[in-house]
Amino acid sequence: MALSVSGLSYAYGYKQALTDVGFDVATGQFAALLGPNGAGKSTLFALLTRLFATQAGTAVIAGHDVNAAPLNALAQLGVVFQQSTLDLDLTVQQNLRYFAALHGLSGQDVDARISAALGRLDMAERANEKVRGLNGGHRRRTEIARALLHEPKVLLLDEPTVGLDAPTRAALVEYVHGLCSEMGVTVLWTTHLTDEVWDDDQVILLHRGRVLADGRCGELRGMRPLAEYFAEMTERPA
Amino acid sequence: MTARHLWIVMRAIVLREALRFVHQRERFVAALVRPLVWLLVFAAGFRAALGLSITPPYQTYITYETYIVPGLCGMILLFNGMQSSLSLVYDREMGSMRLLLTAPVPRWWLLFCKLLGSTIISILQVYAFLLIAWVFDITLPGWGYLAALPALVLAGLMLGALGLALSSFIKQLENFAGVMNFVIFPMFFLSSALYPLWKMAESSELLHDICAANPFTHAVELIRFALYLDFNAMALLWTALATLAFMALALWGYDPARGMMTRKR
Repeated sequence: MALSVSGLSYAYGYKQALTDVGFDVATGQFAALLGPNGAGKSTLFALLTRLFATQAGTAVIAGHDVNAAPLNALAQLGVVFQQSTLDLDLTVQQNLRYFAALHGLSGQDVDARISAALGRLDMAERANEKVRGLNGGHRRRTEIARALLHEPKVLLLDEPTVGLDAPTRAALVEYVHGLCSEMGVTVLWTTHLTDEVWDDDQVILLHRGRVLADGRCGELRGMRPLAEYFAEMTERPA
Repeated sequence: MTARHLWIVMRAIVLREALRFVHQRERFVAALVRPLVWLLVFAAGFRAALGLSITPPYQTYITYETYIVPGLCGMILLFNGMQSSLSLVYDREMGSMRLLLTAPVPRWWLLFCKLLGSTIISILQVYAFLLIAWVFDITLPGWGYLAALPALVLAGLMLGALGLALSSFIKQLENFAGVMNFVIFPMFFLSSALYPLWKMAESSELLHDICAANPFTHAVELIRFALYLDFNAMALLWTALATLAFMALALWGYDPARGMMTRKR
């Protein structure tokens, strides 16, 4: 398993955000972490990226326990945060170099990686532009290129399509699905938008801090659209 | 984790701070104007009102302008420390702090590199200020400019660490005005930056004691003695201890177990 979470609970003071959350994602699988606002997606995300330390339970990324061996786990992890984390006054290239350095990469190898990563996302010609001048879609692509620079085994994306127009959104969803099938990257994609999830994807339905369902999208939804299934599951009285 | 990796990270973080600074030229100008106004306007006015006797490290009578130069160096470091604290809170709200903290590098190293980067930037500003003061004929012993460097580094680290620690406890950008009122001003005015401590003792013993306990006083004295090729062991001890204490506080503040990073509800 590339990503394995078990018995994860987290509370902000008295407010329980996650309760006994557990799921596994196989290598090369696209997993959608689906849940309405306030379901606990962001908390789970913060725990997986070690912004928070776990209080109970474990999270294992590519064989490394996030709590016991955080640096090894983080080295295998690519992250795209919901909020943009680019430096607006630096160029695309400078942003990517900075990130590469944080992962211990430097020298000519880095520039080759950067042009390859930007090329894959059709961003090569924008390498020397300042991020401030880029539109939302290009910024997102820059962030995805950045998250893949160190060739992580697992890629986490927290609502990466927020604020993008429909064609850009669709292209991004398709690209990231391609990363799983072509490059064997394991993806955990959090969203509340059901049209971003394909039938072969794994769906982990999170609601009020608990996993309500975990399975292949096509099987879970049956003959209904996923949106209907999602609404039915999350609107049921607790 | 190799030494090379740590070095690459340090270089990148310091370079980023430098690039950022280059992009904010107004910040540089503002950082210089503040102490220059004190030096060229305030000190000129005060010169007549304040009599200074000969106290170490001075060996002759000095003008008031000369007296406050080390204090104004400290002021630059103080304001910069707080400025970088402000930009850390901003970074946190904007998310780029998350990128930094999810790097596969020990958190203490990341924070230390950040601190080092902002300290280097502050020291460049101090030297720019000393250069302008020199142009206005407020000069120091030639080697003093070099001898002050280690003192400036330590003082810069101390004030930067204080800023770092504060930034982990300030929840929102809006609370920053409070820091100005309750940290910067008391720290600056209750110190030996503008008046010697013995002068303070003449008006109030209590104020004198507060000033004597203020780590900023010791940072300023450390710089003052170093600028005159003298050494103040007490000031060094105090400044070093305060640096360690503020760093420990900052590390605690940024401990993931405290979970402050994305506490938004």
